[in-house]
Amino acid sequence: MKFMLLIYGDEAAATAATPADTRVMSPDYTAYNEALIKAGALLAGNRLRPTADATSVRVRNGKTELLDGPYAETKEQFGGYYLIEAPDLDTARDWASKCPSAKTGTVEVRPVWQLD
Amino acid sequence: MDDLARRTAERAARDSYGRLLAFLAARTRDVAGAEDALAEAFASALKSWPEQGVPANPDAWLLTVARRRQTDAVRRRQTRMAGEVHIQLMTEELEEAAANPQTIPDRRLALMFACAHPEIEAGMRAPLILQTILGLTAIDIAAAFLIPPATMGQRLVRAKARIRELGVPFAIPEREELAARLDAVLDAIYAAYAKGWTEIGDTAAERLADEAIWLGRLVVSLLPDEPEAKGMLALMLYAEARRGARRDGAGAYVPLERQDIELWDEQQIMAAEALLRQANQAGPTGRYQIEAAIQSAHVARRVTGRPNWDAVVALYDVLLGLTQSPVALLNRAAALAEIEGAEAALTSLDAIAGDRRMADYQPYWAARGHLCARAGRKEEAYEALTLAIGLSIDEAVRHYLIGQRTALQDG
Repeated sequence: MKFMLLIYGDEAAATAATPADTRVMSPDYTAYNEALIKAGALLAGNRLRPTADATSVRVRNGKTELLDGPYAETKEQFGGYYLIEAPDLDTARDWASKCPSAKTGTVEVRPVWQLD
Repeated sequence: MDDLARRTAERAARDSYGRLLAFLAARTRDVAGAEDALAEAFASALKSWPEQGVPANPDAWLLTVARRRQTDAVRRRQTRMAGEVHIQLMTEELEEAAANPQTIPDRRLALMFACAHPEIEAGMRAPLILQTILGLTAIDIAAAFLIPPATMGQRLVRAKARIRELGVPFAIPEREELAARLDAVLDAIYAAYAKGWTEIGDTAAERLADEAIWLGRLVVSLLPDEPEAKGMLALMLYAEARRGARRDGAGAYVPLERQDIELWDEQQIMAAEALLRQANQAGPTGRYQIEAAIQSAHVARRVTGRPNWDAVVALYDVLLGLTQSPVALLNRAAALAEIEGAEAALTSLDAIAGDRRMADYQPYWAARGHLCARAGRKEEAYEALTLAIGLSIDEAVRHYLIGQRTALQDG
């Protein structure tokens, strides 16, 4: 089964804590990434640019509306994701609990809709 | 109110609750209905006993409150039929035993066998036992099992429905079946202990470890002739004795071989040794006795200054023959390194290097990392320690491993 791990956290704190070169992954995340790969669980994953760079798009009555910023203004921002392969929901939750951001933010586990 | 008074009262309430629930459920197979009948009375007991002391006859107290609440409910026409049937049953039984309430038969063992029946999903056996015997709520149990409370609640409800619908027997299995069925009960209790063991610093989890030990004692008292039950209790006590030594003053992780033996709880070790001796009188047989014996060889350090590594390796060989478990092979390798060196230990790990179960098993990568470091294989050590770090949930363990990896670059 495929699961999406959605990583939420305080964006300001995360940015402040990031090393100068933001292209470098933190050691904790490097280790987590390696573990996902080695276990054959990693399908995809990315860190997102901060919500300041977000644009929200919607089409209403044939008219396209664009808004600067994220879909919802919340205390914690959506900051990245992993798409993983896991045999069941319990295993996916187990992976989420090991995600470095689980300690400071929240990792939401969402099963990917199965089309069959 | 001091902590001890509260815990004593809680224990008494749980003891009584579990006995009454087991008695009711064993007669009707309706665990949920029995819980309904006792729920409010048990909640009142948990509230008032710590303040007012444990009543002289806890069973009678619980039952009186259960009956009164039931009467209130009938008056409000909100009663649930199942609960009513249970109260009825209980009243008849208690009236019979009015002169001596101790005659309520203890069916908790039968209830545990029902909870750990092969028809019940293996992962739900421990939560089910914790809830029915100890009255823990789904919320109490959920976090330790990494399951959201609502989901845990649903799974418990389903498991109880299964017990009723499939007619899972509330009975102590016959001789020929007993060993295998008892293993399932012991495994469930030990699983609860393991959940409480890994979550250090979390008070709820530490209490889960206490609950598991209490259940272990209960099984030993109810099945005094079963060496494996004693072996498992001993194994839990050996581990528990070292709880205080697992972290230093700053909260950093301390591996077993570097723990300060002054911080080990001598009383618990002695209790474990005594249990293990009793269990071994017929010669060690089961998995838990062997694992307890391994712990005994480890703590020999407090007398001889050094763990008895030869005994540890030999015991792991017996365990391997019994279980073919990759975890046993992994632990054996760590002990083998102390006798034959890290290279020999690494070679022994080749047998499980391709095992899929090891790919996301944190202890495997941690052990492999340490062995590679000792063997001077720096690159491999770095890679293995990195994986172990990525697979760690415990912050203290993660920091310890990061330290090990840094030492690799410095050394």
